Amino acid sequence: MLKKLTILMLVVAMLGTFAGCKKAAPVEEMVLKYNVGAEPQYFDPRKATGIPEFTMLLNLFDGLMRYDNQGQIVPSVAESYTVSTDGLVWTFKLKDTKWSNGEPLTAQDFEYAWKTALSPEIASEYSYQLYYIKNGEKYNSGELTNADEVGVKALDDKTLEVTLEAPTPYFTSLLSFTTYLPINKKLDQSNPDWAKSADNYVSNGPFKLTLWDHNHTIEMVKNTNYWDKDKVKLTKIIFTMVEENTTEMLMFENGEIDWGPNPPPAELDRLKAEGKVTINPYLGTYYYLFNVTKKPFDDVRVRKALLFAIDKESIVKNITKSGELPATAYVPLGVPDATPGSDFRKVGGDLFKVYDPDEAKKLLAEAGYPDGKGFPTFVLLYNTNERHKTIAEAIQRMWKETLGINCTLTNQEWKVYLDNRNKLNYDVARAGWIGDYTDPMTFIDMWVTGGGNNDTGWGNTQYDEYVRIAKSTGDQAARMDAMHKAETILMAEMPIGPIYFYTRPELIKPYIKGYYTSALGYTDFKDAYIEKH
Amino acid sequence: MRKFVIQRVIAMLITLFIIATITFFLAKAIPGGPFTKEKAVPDAVLKNLERKYHFDDPLWKQYADYIISLAKGDLGPSFRYDALTVNDIVRKGFPVSALLGFVAILISLGLGLPAGIISAYKQNFWQDNFVMFFSILGISIPNFILATLFMYIFGLKLHIFNIAGWGRWQDVILPAVTLAAYPTAYIARLMRSSMLDVLSQDYIKTARSKGLSEYRVMIIHALKNALIPVVTYLGPLIAAIFTGSFIVERLFFIPGLGRYYVTSIYDRDYTVILGTTVFYAAFLIIANFVVDIIYAFLDPRITYSTEKIK
Repeated sequence: MLKKLTILMLVVAMLGTFAGCKKAAPVEEMVLKYNVGAEPQYFDPRKATGIPEFTMLLNLFDGLMRYDNQGQIVPSVAESYTVSTDGLVWTFKLKDTKWSNGEPLTAQDFEYAWKTALSPEIASEYSYQLYYIKNGEKYNSGELTNADEVGVKALDDKTLEVTLEAPTPYFTSLLSFTTYLPINKKLDQSNPDWAKSADNYVSNGPFKLTLWDHNHTIEMVKNTNYWDKDKVKLTKIIFTMVEENTTEMLMFENGEIDWGPNPPPAELDRLKAEGKVTINPYLGTYYYLFNVTKKPFDDVRVRKALLFAIDKESIVKNITKSGELPATAYVPLGVPDATPGSDFRKVGGDLFKVYDPDEAKKLLAEAGYPDGKGFPTFVLLYNTNERHKTIAEAIQRMWKETLGINCTLTNQEWKVYLDNRNKLNYDVARAGWIGDYTDPMTFIDMWVTGGGNNDTGWGNTQYDEYVRIAKSTGDQAARMDAMHKAETILMAEMPIGPIYFYTRPELIKPYIKGYYTSALGYTDFKDAYIEKH
Repeated sequence: MRKFVIQRVIAMLITLFIIATITFFLAKAIPGGPFTKEKAVPDAVLKNLERKYHFDDPLWKQYADYIISLAKGDLGPSFRYDALTVNDIVRKGFPVSALLGFVAILISLGLGLPAGIISAYKQNFWQDNFVMFFSILGISIPNFILATLFMYIFGLKLHIFNIAGWGRWQDVILPAVTLAAYPTAYIARLMRSSMLDVLSQDYIKTARSKGLSEYRVMIIHALKNALIPVVTYLGPLIAAIFTGSFIVERLFFIPGLGRYYVTSIYDRDYTVILGTTVFYAAFLIIANFVVDIIYAFLDPRITYSTEKIK
């Protein structure tokens, strides 16, 4: 027994020595550790839908266009492009670039990627991002079976011609997104499963995939075949998939990760006081949905009264506490308007007051419920989450105190809640929307009559008409004008009550520099570097 | 014995079939599906997805297809993880969870058994109070508090271990100790009461009156019989702990099987819900079966030969 114990101790001691002799890293190594938080659902750019995937794929790939670290959209794989006068035909000249396996990248790779992403067989969840392309939707829904009719064509190895359904001034910004990335045609045809492991993965961006340990770690190293490799300073990025935010915070504080995007809300005050939190912009709105098919929410005065009685300033100050702005309209700050440098929200201005209790009381009385008398008790629904609960409780109290009306709170598991919301099986429900691209349309077009994301039962033909106008012209001034008018209708009718505009509080080590983090939620490390510390 | 084994295997297959059936229909009954997302996908896209994964087939056909592929050992694709099949998930996650579970069981037995024996031997002395105090702590402190405490003290403050991670041998220690806390405490209490029970029996008095040393009485005569309740507990314990713990694996960032039992339900990842449930059920049945066989060795009164049962 004693003998065995000695052997065991020896083995343990030996293991300890092995672990102790770490190899000294060469000086030029520059490794970033980022907690991406979740295993990718899809790692094929044609199918990816989530922000964790966007962050990883945009570091692995390079599109025709790319945002630089100042947030400007610039040609990347594209050398230059021209647009026809009607705004429908875009012709891209490609640079001489290579795949990470050394093969040349051609215009055919783009054509192939977009067409297969639209094919019903691949069943990409995000294929609708390509519906801007002529016949994209028809091909995707099976109405058209001939892929040649889809508006993307490689004229030669270095020229790509794209025909759109309608003029789309923000098409350049779409081109930086994952669904518009190229894939290696030869590889995909010989091995359709290439995107399922690191072994055969080929990309064309600043980094290339070297390790994919499912539900644990993804590692990528600098791609020496990248056309702009001189700008890439990081030698390696390690993406961890820690889901628990307490663990993420402790790992960050212990120096095991450099970047944690999901600090625990309960710890935010302390982390902010210690200077560990960076507040990044996030293009999104937190709002309440009113089921307009149900009494008394079919009355616009009731909907307005409910929104005006919410002290939005107090919610962002006392509950969310991450520099969120109280909403005074629906489309958040951060989307450009017609004139360069202008902001859609600033041009549109405030469409209602941050807090207007007197008007709220007046409206409720006009609707036939003076001081809340006779107002039925209703249910406020939210998905199970501590933050939504605290906000709902505060609002419940505000409604009680200001309007004298009662509601009960109900929380449901995420997909049960989504299902009920979609079936209009609620009275008032919490919701949020994060933009898909930086144009007001990503917020405006969801409220058209019968729209897939319009979970309110509301519809307005004038609104639909403004959306149609904005979608059919390439004239920025006319588009923005139509969208401002549409937003004004939305806020006058108020099927939704905006509460605040999102931000992203993140744990970032101060020595991480040069990155570009988009208001859409993903982060690009192409130019990032780690300062000596 | 052989007949006994065959009977048990048949019973096991029937049980698994029933479990798979109930789980299949329960999973499908939950509102929402794998492609229910905050941003509703257009109908055309949803149709493509449903066609690809055969969700447009009638339910009975989906069920029949699943049971047939299950019989062939194919647990199907995952809807949440495009790159993984359910077989991949089990193949990759189970060894990790099992290693962690194995270390945790070693700790529980290594600490729990001696603690229980000492506690019984020194009943109502300080040693007994000491063990019982800690066993109450071990039973009542939730896993996640213990884990966070360990991470804070041994990781952030003392820098002995990393906060979380998997890959180096040190990474096993904190999660295994966390995982072992409850079973250690439980085994100590179980062992104590069962020891006390055995020690009051006549044959122990006989042994003592024969003048045997206290050590021989405790270890040779009492221990073997007192172990039976612990062995009974070990069956389900091993099944539960080897197949992974959601909380411990999530907190310590361990790529085991534990997370999938919970996340698959949130994701409506039907095949993963089914695969993990069936796997766990099979493991539990086998563990209990092994326990039944061990009984026969520990207690000569228990036998599985059919003649005696008649």
